[in-house]
Amino acid sequence: MSSVPPFTAPERQRYRRHLQLAEIGEAGQLRLRQARVLVVGAGGLGCPILQYLAAAGVGTLGLADADKVELTNLPRQILYGPADVGQPKVEAAARALRHLNDLNTYALHPVRVSPANVRALVAAYDVVVDGSDNFPTRYLLNDACVSLGRPLVSGAIYKFEGQVSVFNYQDGPTYRCLFPEPPSAAEAPDCNTTGVLNVLPGLIGTVQATEALKVVLGLGDVLSGRLWVLDTLTFQSRTLRFKRDAVQSAINLDTANPADYFDVSCAPTAAASLTAEELRQQLASAAPPLLLDVRGPLEFQRRHLPGALLLPLPELAARAAEVPRTRPVVVYCQSGVRSAQAVEQLRTIGYDNVLTLRGGLEEYSG
Amino acid sequence: MNLTVALFGIAREIVGQSSLTLTAPAGQSAAGLLAELRTRYPALAGLRSLAVAVNNEYAAADVPLHERDEIALIPPVSGG
Repeated sequence: MSSVPPFTAPERQRYRRHLQLAEIGEAGQLRLRQARVLVVGAGGLGCPILQYLAAAGVGTLGLADADKVELTNLPRQILYGPADVGQPKVEAAARALRHLNDLNTYALHPVRVSPANVRALVAAYDVVVDGSDNFPTRYLLNDACVSLGRPLVSGAIYKFEGQVSVFNYQDGPTYRCLFPEPPSAAEAPDCNTTGVLNVLPGLIGTVQATEALKVVLGLGDVLSGRLWVLDTLTFQSRTLRFKRDAVQSAINLDTANPADYFDVSCAPTAAASLTAEELRQQLASAAPPLLLDVRGPLEFQRRHLPGALLLPLPELAARAAEVPRTRPVVVYCQSGVRSAQAVEQLRTIGYDNVLTLRGGLEEYSG
Repeated sequence: MNLTVALFGIAREIVGQSSLTLTAPAGQSAAGLLAELRTRYPALAGLRSLAVAVNNEYAAADVPLHERDEIALIPPVSGG
């Protein structure tokens, strides 16, 4: 590309150790400058990823995170200091990154990645690096990268363990080839409630940064079709090989089950729920709860529990006053996703008498 | 035959140790092992996605296991 301006003398000096590598050299360093990399999550993983990619001279770095810096973040989210507490993470991170390398462009996206914005977000970048902290975002990013043909450098942590893989790279396998079923709420003990060794995201994030650089530079063997798992306690690491699955790798934004993108795991409703068996007992008791069906009118018409009140989830915010506060209420839907959201909504406006039916009608009838 | 299974993530929490050894009939499949473990540790049945690795290869359900195989249960993790 003849239009690319050459490096200035200070840039040459700054990037000398890269320029000295035959595998990178001037052509590679220019590729880094022209690269557009989106980092989702500016938390434990995002901080080291952003730090190294910025220092490496990745020309356009996107930062996507809706959170503000909290005091509990500081031990592992090393771009932030006490003065940043309460500030939006993307702003605090960009300040630190500009200080580190002001030659790059930093694009700030202070939003939670959602089905509504993911397409536009991912389309503007060449490579996506996942440092998010929940399964719905991980499945959403995977499906968006499949839809838009982008490689996804994925990393995730749990207590003392971490995992890294590059998905959807040159027709390689995707996240769904490895983990086809999104975990249920019960098996996702995350959401900032689980402890984590502070250095762990540093280890995992720098491996993600390494793979992101390799993808941009076309360097070496990218960690595609392989999952690297590190357990810091036993210092065991293994690399699990896995293959592309024709069905799973085809799932994209248009064909996925939208429920995969709903975050029920983080709802404060894990305890505010009951099982189908518990509901049967309560309905047979002297003081049965009021049943609230939050599905759509057509679903309600086809089948509902006797005596249930219909209040579709989209109307709940406007019609919340119809829900009694003095009598126990059990909210249900088809599989338990919408009802968990409804209970979360009601609890945030002060209802402490509402429970969600785990597994929904599917469990109740089964 | 005796099989040794390394455990990761929430599978380790459920079982309460980082690896376990169990006796299985000769020719036991990956799915058969998983079913046996789910009987012993019912909470494992709640995990929808749980990759079984055999000799560092993602194992399909019908893969037969051997005594010296290096087996690991790897659930997805989501922290960031």
